[in-house]
Amino acid sequence: MTKLELNNQTITVDSPEDTPLLWVLRDYLGMTGTKFGCGATLCRACTVHVDGVATFSCVLPLSAVAGRKVTTIEGVSGRVADAVHNAWDKIQVPQCGYCQSGQVMSAVALLSKNAKPSDAEIDDAMKGNLCRCGTYQRIRLAIHDAARQLEGR
Amino acid sequence: MNAPIGLSRRSFLKTAALVGGGLMLGFRLGDVETARAADGAFDPNAWIKVRADGLVTLICPRNEMGQDVYTSLTMLLAEELSVDPRRVEIEQAAVNSVYLNKLMGSQITGGSTSVRDAWEPLRKAGAAARIMLVNAAATSWNVPAADCRAENGEVIHGAKRSAYGALAGAAAQQPIPQDIPLKPASAFEVIGKPLPRLDGADKARGRTVFGIDAKQPGMLYAAIAMCPVLGGKVASFDGGSAEKRPGVSKVVNIGDGVAVVADHYWSAKSALADLHVQWNEGPAARIDTATIYAALERAKDNPGAVVKQAGNVSTALAKGKPIEARYTSQMLAHATLEPQNCLARVSSDGVDVWASTQYPQGAQAAAASAAGVEPRQVRIHPQFIGGGFGRRLDVDFIAQCVSIAKAMPGTPVKLIWTREDDTTHDFYRPPSLHLVRATLDHGRIAALSYKMISPSITNRLFPGVVKDGLDGFMTEGLVSFTYDIPNLDLRTVIQEVGISVGYWRSVSNALNAFAIESFIDELAHASRQDPIAFRLAMLEHLPRQRAVLERAAKDAGYTGKNIKGQAYGVASMECYDTHIALVAKVSGAADKVKVERLTYAVDCGIAVHPDQVVAQIEGGAVTGLINTIRSKVTVKQGRVEQANFNSFTIPRMPEVPPIAVALLDSGGNPGGLGEAGVPLVAPAIANAVFALTGTRIRALPLEDGGIRFV
Repeated sequence: MTKLELNNQTITVDSPEDTPLLWVLRDYLGMTGTKFGCGATLCRACTVHVDGVATFSCVLPLSAVAGRKVTTIEGVSGRVADAVHNAWDKIQVPQCGYCQSGQVMSAVALLSKNAKPSDAEIDDAMKGNLCRCGTYQRIRLAIHDAARQLEGR
Repeated sequence: MNAPIGLSRRSFLKTAALVGGGLMLGFRLGDVETARAADGAFDPNAWIKVRADGLVTLICPRNEMGQDVYTSLTMLLAEELSVDPRRVEIEQAAVNSVYLNKLMGSQITGGSTSVRDAWEPLRKAGAAARIMLVNAAATSWNVPAADCRAENGEVIHGAKRSAYGALAGAAAQQPIPQDIPLKPASAFEVIGKPLPRLDGADKARGRTVFGIDAKQPGMLYAAIAMCPVLGGKVASFDGGSAEKRPGVSKVVNIGDGVAVVADHYWSAKSALADLHVQWNEGPAARIDTATIYAALERAKDNPGAVVKQAGNVSTALAKGKPIEARYTSQMLAHATLEPQNCLARVSSDGVDVWASTQYPQGAQAAAASAAGVEPRQVRIHPQFIGGGFGRRLDVDFIAQCVSIAKAMPGTPVKLIWTREDDTTHDFYRPPSLHLVRATLDHGRIAALSYKMISPSITNRLFPGVVKDGLDGFMTEGLVSFTYDIPNLDLRTVIQEVGISVGYWRSVSNALNAFAIESFIDELAHASRQDPIAFRLAMLEHLPRQRAVLERAAKDAGYTGKNIKGQAYGVASMECYDTHIALVAKVSGAADKVKVERLTYAVDCGIAVHPDQVVAQIEGGAVTGLINTIRSKVTVKQGRVEQANFNSFTIPRMPEVPPIAVALLDSGGNPGGLGEAGVPLVAPAIANAVFALTGTRIRALPLEDGGIRFV
C-alpha cells in the first residue's frame, strides 16, 4: 500500500511499488487523462506534476511518489491552469489531442515558475513534449496568451 | 477528382475500380424508408436524431484523428438543419453501409476525402430533416409551410414558435421530401464561420476518450511479444514462468506473436521478460535497406504503366540533349503518438471492438475473421484517434486483439503495443525511385519523361483494385500534374521489395512532388530562369494554381534575389482538389541550415471550418518536415533499426519554423486538406537548400545528402 496526495486528496494505492505512476493512474485509478506514448521520457505525453514540478510518469515508480503531492490533468487547477486552458481554447490548439494533457501540464509548470517566458524559454521548457500533429506554433501562441492573461492584460 | 480508387460498396474484400465515383452515386436517406416515431423521437436519416425532450444528436460518419471531421461534418449538418452546432450531441457512427465514403468505396476515413464526400449528402440530410420539422409545424398551425422558417432549433411563424423536440413526433409522420434545395453559399450561417472545435475543450483537459482509454467492466490487459523480423511467426515458446507471475491470467499464442494477459498492463508487459519464444523469421530475414533499393533499381527498365501522356516524348527527347536526374525517398514509420491498441470482447453474443481506427468496416471484417464469426456479429465502437496518418487504415492490431480475446471468452481484453512494437511493426511509407529526363527549348520544357518505381500499398490492402499495373495511390501528383508541357510521359512501375508498406499521410503525392518539383527547379536553373516565373509560364491554363503560387511568393517576401546567407525555395501542386503553393526560406550554410519560415497559399474552394483548414496545413507542414529533414526507417536482416523517438525522430518545438497560411477562397466545392500541407515541404526546402548552398540533394531525408539542419 502506497500513500500519496493525488489532486489534493490523500489516497492509498494497492499496486506493486515498482509500477510506473502512469500505469497506476491509468489502470488502478482509472484516470486516463495522462497518456502513454513512449515509456522512455522521450515524448512526455505522460507529464504530471510532482510537488509542482513537471515529471514524466512513465518511468517513475509508484514508490518514488510515496507521501508526495501529485497533480494530473484531471486535477490541475488554479490561476495558471485557468489561463492555460483559456488560451488553449482561444487559440484552438489541439488536433488529435493525444499529447495535449502533457503539453498543458508542461505549460502550467513553466508559467508557474516563469510568468512571462521568452520564445527561447518556451522552446526549452516544451522541447521534451512531442506533438505528432504539429500544433507547436499554436502551443507557443497559447503560452504567450496565457502569460498575458496572468499579467492581467 | 483526386481520390483515385474506390472499393466495392458491397464488401471491402470484393473490390472494384471506381474512378472518382464521387457524388454521382447520389443521396440516400439511410436504411430506413420512413422516419421512425419511437418514443416520440424523430429519426429521419442515418445522421440525425431529434428526441422529444429536444436533444439533437448528429452522427459523425468519419473518425476524428485531429483533422476536425467531428466539427466540420457537424457544421454541414447544422447549417441545413438550422441548429447551433455547439448545442448538439455528437455520436461516432457504427459500421453501416449508409456511412460508406463514396470517394473511397468503403467506410474509411482517409484520402482527404471526408468533407468532399460529405459536402452534399450531409447538407441534404440536414435539409430534409428541417423540411419535415417545418412541415410538421405548419400542419399543426394550419399555415403554409412556405411562411414558416427554421432557426436555431425552432420553427417560427409570426409570433408562434415551436422547438424541434416538441415537433419530433409529428415530424416523423411527415413524408420524406424528394426535392431538397440547399442554401446558396451566400446564405451560410455556419459553414465558413468561426466556431471552436467541438472536441477542443475536452482535449485540453484530458477528458477525451481515445481507443487506449476505453474501459469495460472486468477488463484485462495484454502485452505482446512479436518477432523482431517483419512478418516472422512463432515457431515455439515456453510461457510457463510468465504464466506463474502475479496477476497473469494466461499466455496466448496467436501465431504472429505471444501475448500475456494480466490484471494490469504493467503486469502483462513485465511478464513478457519471462517468455521464451523461438521465431520462424521467414523470408524478410534476408532483407536489408540496400536490397530494398536494389530491387527498385532492377525494375528501372520495366516500361511500367502510363499515367499521363501528351505529344511524343521519345521523339522530342531525341531532338535535344536531355537533362536527367534520379530521386529517391526513404521509408518512414507513422509514429502515431497513441500506440496501436485495441479493446475486444468475444462472447456468445458476438464480438465487440473498441478501437482507434480509420477503417471501421475493415476492422469489422478483420475481427470477424479472427473470431470466426460473421461480420454482422461484430460491433465496432470507434473511439477518438490519437493520430492516424494512415496507420489506422490497417487493422492488424485489431485482429491480434480479437485473437487474444477469443482465448478469454466473455472477458474484455485490451491489447497495448509499446512504442518499440509500434515503430518496428508498422507498415512503412514505401521507398521510391524516380527517374526523370527532360529537354528545354527556348526556355520552356519541350519534353518530360518521368517514371516512379515503388511497391504498391493497394496490392496488399485491397488486392484487385490495382488494374493494368496502375495503383491509384502511386499515381497521385501525376494524375493531377499541373504543368502544360507539349511532350509528356508519366509512368509508374510497381516493384515489391519484400516488406509491407502502408499509406502514410499524403501517400504518393509526397513522393512524386519531391521528384517533380525538385526537377522543375533544376530545369529552371538550367535555363537561367526564376523558378516562379518558370512555373507560371507553364500554368497559363490553371488560374487557381497561378494565383496560389503568386500569393505564396508575395507573402514570403520573395523577390527572386538571394541575400547572402539566405535563400528561398518554391514548390507548387494540385492535390486532393486543392491548389497549393509553398515558399520555404532558409538561412545559414551547408553545415547549419535553418528553416526560417514556411509560407503557404492554399485554394481549397469553400473552407468549411477556416481556422481548422489553417490548422491542417500547419500540421501538414510539420509532417512534411518529418519526411524532409532526417527521419527514416532502415532495415537490417528484416529488422527495423529504429525503435523509439530517440532513433525515429519527429520534429520538436524548436525545430519547427513559423508557418504562414493564406487561404484563397475561389468559391468552388471544398477540396481535401488533411494531407495537402505535406508534399511540398521536401521539394521547397530542397530547392531552398540548393539556392543557399549550390548542393542539389536528390534523396530524402536531406541530411543524408551531406548537409545539416539546426
